[in-house]
Amino acid sequence: MNPIRKFDLTAIAGCALLFAVLQGLMFGGLIGPFWELNIILICINIILSVSLNLINGYTGQFSIGHAGFMAVGAYTSAIITVKLGLPYELALIVGTVAAGILGFLIGLPTLRLNGDYLAIATLGLGEIIRICILNIDYVGGASGLMGIPRLTTFAYVFWIMIFVIFFIKNFKNSAPGRCCLAIRENEIAADTMGINTTKYKVMAFTLGASFAGTAGALFSHYFFLAHPASFTFMRSFDILTMVVLGGLGSMTGAITGAVLLTFISAYLSDYPEWRMIIYSITLIVLMLRRPQGLFGSVELSREMFRLGGKKDGRAAEGK
Amino acid sequence: MDTLLHQFFQQLINGISLGSIYALIALGYTMIYGIIKLINFAHGDIYMLGAYFGFFATTQLGLSFIPAIILSMACAALVGIIIERIAYKPMRNAPRIAILITAIGVSFFLEYGMILLVSPQPRTFPAVFTPTVYNFGPLVANSQQIVILVSAIILMAVLTYIVNKTKAGKAMRAVSFDADAARLMGINIDRVISMTFALGSALAAAGGVLVGVYYNSIDPLMGMMPGLKAFVAAVLGGIGIIPGAMIGGIILGVVEAMVSGFISSTFRDAAAFGILILILLYKPAGLLGKNVREKV
Repeated sequence: MNPIRKFDLTAIAGCALLFAVLQGLMFGGLIGPFWELNIILICINIILSVSLNLINGYTGQFSIGHAGFMAVGAYTSAIITVKLGLPYELALIVGTVAAGILGFLIGLPTLRLNGDYLAIATLGLGEIIRICILNIDYVGGASGLMGIPRLTTFAYVFWIMIFVIFFIKNFKNSAPGRCCLAIRENEIAADTMGINTTKYKVMAFTLGASFAGTAGALFSHYFFLAHPASFTFMRSFDILTMVVLGGLGSMTGAITGAVLLTFISAYLSDYPEWRMIIYSITLIVLMLRRPQGLFGSVELSREMFRLGGKKDGRAAEGK
Repeated sequence: MDTLLHQFFQQLINGISLGSIYALIALGYTMIYGIIKLINFAHGDIYMLGAYFGFFATTQLGLSFIPAIILSMACAALVGIIIERIAYKPMRNAPRIAILITAIGVSFFLEYGMILLVSPQPRTFPAVFTPTVYNFGPLVANSQQIVILVSAIILMAVLTYIVNKTKAGKAMRAVSFDADAARLMGINIDRVISMTFALGSALAAAGGVLVGVYYNSIDPLMGMMPGLKAFVAAVLGGIGIIPGAMIGGIILGVVEAMVSGFISSTFRDAAAFGILILILLYKPAGLLGKNVREKV
């Protein structure tokens, strides 16, 4: 059997085991409601950070408007379940697709920009999405859309997260994924090699946006409401910190970043301003001392541990 | 029709006074970008710090308006230099994205550091002027608006003088034109960059004090939106171009006042970002900028 597929199977088996253990602990009452909430939050954050990593890490386009797409997913899915009374599964799909369509429409013109300009444009678009929602009375305006049933369960969040992780992992190893990596390394060179850079940038952006929509749908159906204040620039900044902390361009890095930062903010939930100070100092120190993040663009793997003493596992990446 | 025209001119007055504050902040953005190609996200927070310095100068030290604004500008200049030395200087040769992330980090650090230090509650800025209302025919302008406009014009004139007529200004222009060549000519680049941060931060602080005088209320997160909008203003005028920042600031202020006067004040922020997206798509070099093609 192809070694990559074999690895996938082992990984999925491991995930199933992890799922069984966590779900068992939740049923057994060993994980209380506070940590159950945080575990679900970790899964949602992993979806967000992995999808942002696809845009920022793999394709090298610096987007900081992820919260806007999350808001679109949260609101459209809530409209499906609350206003139209349709099933939750449909809501998840519609939330994902809606965020994806918006991502496509926004990505098409803005991805012509690069670097700093793209960052500011995505930030602005994220804010515009939020302000528009704020002004739509149909979805509750400034007071938010309330009365959303809690339909998100641990099983939903966990398996959707696994799906997103594997989807993006396989995307990265596919032909379009390699085009995205080429664009990150050098856009002009990629263009010269005949890669349609706009197409792949928009593709990555659309995929990233639609998964952010999924995360938003899961989010609003766990916390009973969709509120414009949940989707400010602050949320985009949170996601960005997770990705950067783990290392732009590393899937396992993005996952680790999401887990670490969600734990930190759970512990600091009583001191919200300290949380932001720690986040910001983390970012500054990280950029000064280790700009590639904890993992760089290297994936955490068994080879890395086997090589142990070898410097940051570069040798493992070469395989 | 008459009332509509009247409202238009009234919003124009409001827009120009708001816009001159944006212009003051935008100048710092544009100068710093011109020199080290960094979008200094923390610039809006320097403006917030400036407002707080002004607040403490008037309430604790009992200074009047002009000494307070000068003190606030001096403190902010110092903060600007310190930030540049600690956070940006070690990153001179780092990738642009890394510096951008650092700047975002510095911005959040200043915001939440201030929340810890001075509490998140908004504070009332003391009334440093007796509010007088002037009537120009049917139009109304209050003394704060006039002070803002006059201060902004004076500061911009001083800045233009420094940049165009002094030796230090010449060095700044040289560095922004070509840093390596400037270094070869014996210009101390680090000193020029520090000076740029000092000048930009001082202008932002002046903007902060003026906003405090205008709206009478300051809080630690007040710099977020104006900071972003001033960036929009800088891009609108052509980033790196000093007169561009002034024009961009005024245009943005007027557009915002018009949107809040004729459509709805909730859409103000969306208007600013809408302008940004449009300008980036159709004239990314800005109103006064020239198009430069990237070469391999």
